[in-house]
Amino acid sequence: MEEFAGGPASPPPTDDSGRIRTGPPVAEAERITKRYGETTALDAARITINPGETHALVGRNGAGKSTLVSILTGLQAPDEGEVRFAGSPAPRPADRDAWRERVACVYQKSTIIPELSVAENLYLNRHDRNRLGLVGWKGLWRKAADLLEAWSVDVDVRRPAGELGVEQRQFVEIARALSFGARFIILDEPTAQLDGAAISRLFDRMRAMREQGVTFLFISHHLQEIYEICDMVTVYRDARHILTAPVADLPQGELVAAMTGEAAGLRQHAVRPPVPQEAQVVLDVRGLSDGDVYQDVDLRVRAGEIVGLAGLGGSGKAELAETIVGLRAAKEGTLEVAGSRPRPGSVPESLAAGVGFVPRDRHHQGLVPLMSIADNATMTVPERLGQAGFVSGRRKDALAREMIGNLAIKTPGPELPVSGLSGGNQQKVVMARALASDPRLLVLITPTAGVDVRSKEFLLGKVEEIAGNGTGVVIASDELDDLRLCNRVLVMFHGRVVAELPAGWHDHEMVAAMEGVDLDA
Amino acid sequence: MPDSTTAHAETGHPPSPPAPEEAGRRRPPIRLARLRDFALVPAIIVIAIVGQIVSPIFLQSDNLINILQTMSEISLLVLAQTLVLVAGRMDLSLESTFGLAPGVAAWLTIAAGTGPGLGLLPGAWGIPVTLATGVLIGAVNALFIVRFGLNGFIVTLGMLIVLRGLLTGISGGQTFFNLPDSMTYLGSAMWLGVPASIWICLLLFAAGIVIMGFTRFGRALYAIGGNVDAAKAAGIRTDRVLWIVLISASLLAAIGGLLLTGRLASVAAAQGDGAIFTVFAAAVIGGVSLNGGKGTVFGAFTGILLLYMIQNVLTLAGVPAQWIQALNGAIILTALAISRLTGGKSQD
Repeated sequence: MEEFAGGPASPPPTDDSGRIRTGPPVAEAERITKRYGETTALDAARITINPGETHALVGRNGAGKSTLVSILTGLQAPDEGEVRFAGSPAPRPADRDAWRERVACVYQKSTIIPELSVAENLYLNRHDRNRLGLVGWKGLWRKAADLLEAWSVDVDVRRPAGELGVEQRQFVEIARALSFGARFIILDEPTAQLDGAAISRLFDRMRAMREQGVTFLFISHHLQEIYEICDMVTVYRDARHILTAPVADLPQGELVAAMTGEAAGLRQHAVRPPVPQEAQVVLDVRGLSDGDVYQDVDLRVRAGEIVGLAGLGGSGKAELAETIVGLRAAKEGTLEVAGSRPRPGSVPESLAAGVGFVPRDRHHQGLVPLMSIADNATMTVPERLGQAGFVSGRRKDALAREMIGNLAIKTPGPELPVSGLSGGNQQKVVMARALASDPRLLVLITPTAGVDVRSKEFLLGKVEEIAGNGTGVVIASDELDDLRLCNRVLVMFHGRVVAELPAGWHDHEMVAAMEGVDLDA
Repeated sequence: MPDSTTAHAETGHPPSPPAPEEAGRRRPPIRLARLRDFALVPAIIVIAIVGQIVSPIFLQSDNLINILQTMSEISLLVLAQTLVLVAGRMDLSLESTFGLAPGVAAWLTIAAGTGPGLGLLPGAWGIPVTLATGVLIGAVNALFIVRFGLNGFIVTLGMLIVLRGLLTGISGGQTFFNLPDSMTYLGSAMWLGVPASIWICLLLFAAGIVIMGFTRFGRALYAIGGNVDAAKAAGIRTDRVLWIVLISASLLAAIGGLLLTGRLASVAAAQGDGAIFTVFAAAVIGGVSLNGGKGTVFGAFTGILLLYMIQNVLTLAGVPAQWIQALNGAIILTALAISRLTGGKSQD
């Protein structure tokens, strides 16, 4: 602890401060190419991060951001290209300690062990030991407290880390990264789970750390945050580097244009005819709130209408959709489906009220992979399979065959386990399950995630067909193609509906609204 | 404490030195986490009072030593299971190791002709063979679970049956008698007027408390049980740690079996049969999570102590032996329910 004896309270930049803002780039990647089988995740992409700057990396889903992060942190080796830190080549992939001294990443998914104390999380496997070779807890607590103090993180180091909120947990992870000696920190969507006040505290902290010589690579979907905190911005699109520019020189419109490019969308959707005013209201949501997740949402969907819920991760769109189907219960407000009011948080009652549901992650909530197509597709309608709780295999297969034909699922028969199907066909089974009960209201969350283009087109066409038959549809998604067929799209941002766009919007309008950017500003 | 600062500090800290009293200011008055370790202490006191009311012999030293001695062997299984559970695994085969390890030693050392023994080794080999058998069983478990990545529950369930069968096989279903002195010494000797097995049990628990609380190895177990990916990211060699813990657990089970063998001066083919349920119950009552990452050795000790005290009280109260087993099960369920209520969270 010698180095802490006495001294001023405010830290000088660094001992070798001459290097700051002048030396070679903190991190540099050139002509990086990375392929996963058929898909190219990065195509000769590059990035240069100079000392002391806060550098933004933006791009839509699938642009290659996360692949770049895993290459920059040494978790994956690029197929081609070179990574350099401060001018010298990157360490060997196996040399984790050397990587940790150069770069650290705070992921969206926490790497904190909840049962252990904050101090122990900071110095896990690096505990101080006393003369007997035992862990010296007091020394460890003192050291951890000093570390957090020095970076002005106000957390009791002896609390279990699981008790910390998202914000404090992030600060602890940043402090831990710094304690390895790294002065280049990658923040992967750090604001996604934070509220406004916490975001501004995070930015204050980042500014203070920048003064202390820390360089950040900041990844965010929220463009206004980039204008607030970052110096430089690099845009990736479709696995390629598009541009790198000082944030101040780049108007928001140009940034959005760089992210979206020429919209190479699917076939053009004819703008849907407006739904007649006298059509029955199949979903009536009033004043629905659930703490920080979403607030004060009003939403009415008529029979035959397709309504989009757009928004990025953390905007609350998926949670709102899950509330409609009964997976979650709202704290306030009312929810009516086709005239009846299912008990909040009850999926069976919502299904009985006439809701069909395509959940956000088919692997997690949509399918039982080892069960057959027939079992999966008829899971929501056991009452149609036989009497008194018995299941008639014949009736089940007949029903499943009908669905397989209806949704053009490519399979030799209904008895095949769904794990044997391609992603697109699996998603069709999920769709079949949602449609099995002839719903009055169909709720879909990111219905085309991870499916090939043709299945995507087919599924979206099916949604239109279902709406044409008089079913109300809600699509919660951030994929523009999913939203294109909607009569209107409600855009959510940090839990609030911030815009409503009628059909015929432009891509950049929609992206800007989801990112929380005002294009006219 | 601060004298132990190592090289990590240099790179680890930004250059601003906080004032020392600032760091001290954070100390909260009471550590709730610490109190959780003592959650069963009130229950133990209550049982002691009830026991004294039921029968005035309860608190006499002979009876207390009796309780400690009867629990000393199985408590080593609890200790072993606690280590494995904290690391996020479980080992059902401990109860069979408990019988097989001393069984193999007896088989090899007892002179041929006087029962199922082979008489291949002199009596002095009894203890080394017992311990080596324990290590070997642990290594086989680790090979399947860590190296081949099989499900630990199924692997150790299979091992439980195989090892039990081996003991039945080598003993022909009979009981080994006429054990060499080396094997009966630890279970029957008195040190300072107290049975050696109590000393050994307390010593090993103390070692367990120190290892789990104060060594990097122990903390690595908590890290692995809590979040194995985070543990790997922190540079912990998770596979090696799991090998060590699985082998140590089997070794502890072998020692426990040796103590019981010494006390009874025999190895029955059914030694340890069914003990694993009591072991799990004691660990869980003592606050060890079946999902890993949570629980302390001290808590597990209070768990097994509580169970054996209740049993002793029941015996003193004259409950017929035929009913003890049903009551045992009921006690375990009641204790779990109580610890669920006092712990506030659902058991996991």
